[in-house]
Amino acid sequence: MSNVAEPNAANLRRDALIERLALVSLTGPALLLVATVMLVPVGWLFWLSFLNDAGGFSLEHYLRMLSQPSYERAFRATFEISFITTAICILLGYPLAYVLSQLPRRAANICMIAVMLPFWTSLLVRTYAWLVLLQRQGIINTWGIKLGLWDAPLALVHNLNGTLIGMVHIMLPFLVLPVYASMRAINPDYLKAAANLGASPTRAFWLVFLPLSLPGLLAGALIVFILCLGFYVTPAVLGGGKITMVANRIATDIELFFNWGAASSLGVVLFILTSMILYVASRLAKLDRLLGGGEA
Amino acid sequence: MGWLDRVATDTQITHGGRLWLYVLSGLILLFLILPTLIVIPMSFSESQYLEFPPQVWSLRWYRNYFNSTAWMQATATSFKAGILTMIVATILGTMAAYGLHTARVRFSGLIFGILLTPIIVPVILVGIGVFYVYVKIKLVNSMFGIVLAHSMLAIPIVMMVVSSALKSFDMNQELVARSLGASRVRAFFIVTLPQIRFSVVSGAILAFLTSFDEVIVSLFVSGGQNSTLTRNMFNALRDQIDPTIAAISTLVVILTSLLLAISQIFGKKTDQ
Amino acid sequence: MTRDAALPIAVRQLTKSYGTVRVLDAVDLDVHRGEFLTLLGPSGSGKTTLLMMLAGFVRPDCGSITFGEREVIRLEPHKRDVGMVFQNYALFPHMDVAENIAFPLKLRGVDRVETAKRVEQALELVKLGGYGERRIDQLSGGQRQRIALARAIVFEPRILLMDEPLSALDKQLREHMQIELRQLHERLGMTTVYVTHDQREALTMSDRIAVIDKGRIRQIDTPKTIYERPNNRFVAEFIGESTFVKVDVTSAGCTFNGTPLTLAAQPPQTGPHHLMIRPERLEILQHDPKNDVNLLPAIATAAIYQGDSVLVHASLSDGTMVSVRASASSQAPLVGEHLNLGLNAADTYLLPLEECVQ
Repeated sequence: MSNVAEPNAANLRRDALIERLALVSLTGPALLLVATVMLVPVGWLFWLSFLNDAGGFSLEHYLRMLSQPSYERAFRATFEISFITTAICILLGYPLAYVLSQLPRRAANICMIAVMLPFWTSLLVRTYAWLVLLQRQGIINTWGIKLGLWDAPLALVHNLNGTLIGMVHIMLPFLVLPVYASMRAINPDYLKAAANLGASPTRAFWLVFLPLSLPGLLAGALIVFILCLGFYVTPAVLGGGKITMVANRIATDIELFFNWGAASSLGVVLFILTSMILYVASRLAKLDRLLGGGEA
Repeated sequence: MGWLDRVATDTQITHGGRLWLYVLSGLILLFLILPTLIVIPMSFSESQYLEFPPQVWSLRWYRNYFNSTAWMQATATSFKAGILTMIVATILGTMAAYGLHTARVRFSGLIFGILLTPIIVPVILVGIGVFYVYVKIKLVNSMFGIVLAHSMLAIPIVMMVVSSALKSFDMNQELVARSLGASRVRAFFIVTLPQIRFSVVSGAILAFLTSFDEVIVSLFVSGGQNSTLTRNMFNALRDQIDPTIAAISTLVVILTSLLLAISQIFGKKTDQ
Repeated sequence: MTRDAALPIAVRQLTKSYGTVRVLDAVDLDVHRGEFLTLLGPSGSGKTTLLMMLAGFVRPDCGSITFGEREVIRLEPHKRDVGMVFQNYALFPHMDVAENIAFPLKLRGVDRVETAKRVEQALELVKLGGYGERRIDQLSGGQRQRIALARAIVFEPRILLMDEPLSALDKQLREHMQIELRQLHERLGMTTVYVTHDQREALTMSDRIAVIDKGRIRQIDTPKTIYERPNNRFVAEFIGESTFVKVDVTSAGCTFNGTPLTLAAQPPQTGPHHLMIRPERLEILQHDPKNDVNLLPAIATAAIYQGDSVLVHASLSDGTMVSVRASASSQAPLVGEHLNLGLNAADTYLLPLEECVQ
């Protein structure tokens, strides 16, 4: 019946396999949903991008991207805006995260509400709020003139300025949260040791604290940058039609021109760019740890 | 102002020495929260034109909102979609998180990655892709189609929240329960789930909000009878500034704050 | 429960590898009905893995486990009907003490009245009667340990498994609990398999000890036999303190560094051997040795006061360092002083020379 030298080996192997399959199958429904609603449509789009109007294989959509300057402008605008937004978020978000991480827990939690509330509030609501604030007859201009800060209404919206302001506002919590978390995790003993070894507060910050907070900062910056790349709503509303990022271009290609080939090829390029950046970053930093996939 | 002379950190900087930092942070916090709150007083202004502070207070725009069939239908659609998404995504996401956590297989990293793709892939791509497929199988403007798409977007979030809760959960308790006579399924429901329920609730709320606030995919995929609130708002924003949107925004902010408060109250317990 | 209701355990050829690492190597083990057997070994030895296999949480690559007549190797954990106490107790924090203990009874469909009665009985057994209403976070470490125990025995399992249950307690409480656990075992009589890395604990509590290292059982014997007659160097070094000196055995007798020794018995083989010296068997001789006492000259290198005794380090004639305990009241030797150490012939124990510790 069973091998005397290795009793039950085959059956045990089978039991182990069945158990593992049963547990993995719990992920089945979710996988099925994501596969059908995400992978199939996006895969289809990839395929579309290689078809010409007649339905044959063609690289014309990609070639058009290289030849027509409007596409180049869209990409340039996208990268510029993403870079600037990320930079501003770092400049504003890092000090904020620092102060919050040094506060006692209760005070920090209260202040975090100011970070979490916009984070959870609808994107549309926040974009609308900026529209209201930044218009020619908006609140900022009205009060600026009333207080005598400037004479003529500033063009704060329906242009790059408004778009940037809106995007920074949307993206800032995405930077603050991971930076805050990584700062909280820094053992205060390190700073005590630095002080004890002769570092002034400034030097202790630059030589000890800052490097230790860098993983969180990089994670936050990466998230912000990638989100900016694909952004649609804010440039559409606050850009007044003058700001065309890649996502806006894709949308108009569909809505106005019904040019699926053009839209999908743009999308493919965007997707590849995003994936490449993510891949490079995950090599440099432990990305899966930040997204909850692993634990130290 | 003796407080200013007190030491703030282990490196012996005083509060006074860092005052500029506190002021800067305060301004940034203000920058973050002001726009969200500014819509509230705006919504009570009588005037057609946006003015602050409102000269005359009135509930005109709220009445406008509640009396409009279009807006009410859109609101109903969004709530329906949100609740259905919440149910689907929470169940599927929790199952996936638990399955990945307990099954020690080599490709669990791959599965985790696949389930994260909705967050990584640019939403615009998802939007037009899903639209394209839905047109072919006639799912455009259907509640089923909307819920399907929203659930796909929400699952990774639920999965991440529940995953992290499971990581800090002592799985020995499930083992003990099983040694005492409970099957795997019973052990999960009697022992594990009650203890991670706070995270599951947080995930559920996030799933609801993901659906309720979702703009881009809804733009393409919802419409007609089943147009979401976000779709209507977006179109209204692009066309003209209708202060009704201020009223709707205020209600959304209130809803969000309520949900945020609920999840924080639940979350407090696990934050021990 | 009487001893007859307890089940014997038979383990045959239990093997488990993780990649290239053999965690358990064709282990054979018999646990007698109602016995208290301790699996003793260093961390990584496989003792916890073996226990987990008995419980059903780890699946071996091959092998057989029987509880009494029943083959359980493929049986799921929740059907095995064994009680288990984990190292960190794993009490359910969202239930109070009574609900924790009642848990296995509820699963078995015991009615409310009977459950309440048995829960209280279990609490009395662990000397925490009346604690049913308490919440888990209100309990101390020692109390939690007892509740975990109560929960594991309330459904009268015929086998009890314990994975280093006392390691989280402080020394005094631990020693007290060792005795209590032993008494509980005497009272209830169930077959108990106990895992620990603490040899003193094993010696105190067990009917038999199975010393395990790198996935193999090195020796199974009563505590006394394991301590006094370890059959290999690993067991000898793991249990108690000892020093090993090389001696030479010929048909004429035994010599240490040229000096003849009187042994308890003539070893079966000749050739080089290891003489195992336990510090407590050595004595600093003040007078000439009696007939059956071996004299080992040594030079003191340190004398450390330890409150109840003085630990003396000394160097033997071949350079080996030994330790001896002297009473705190006698004159502590000075460094460099010549000492005469005495070892009774009856206390000599030889092991064949092993090239390396396997």
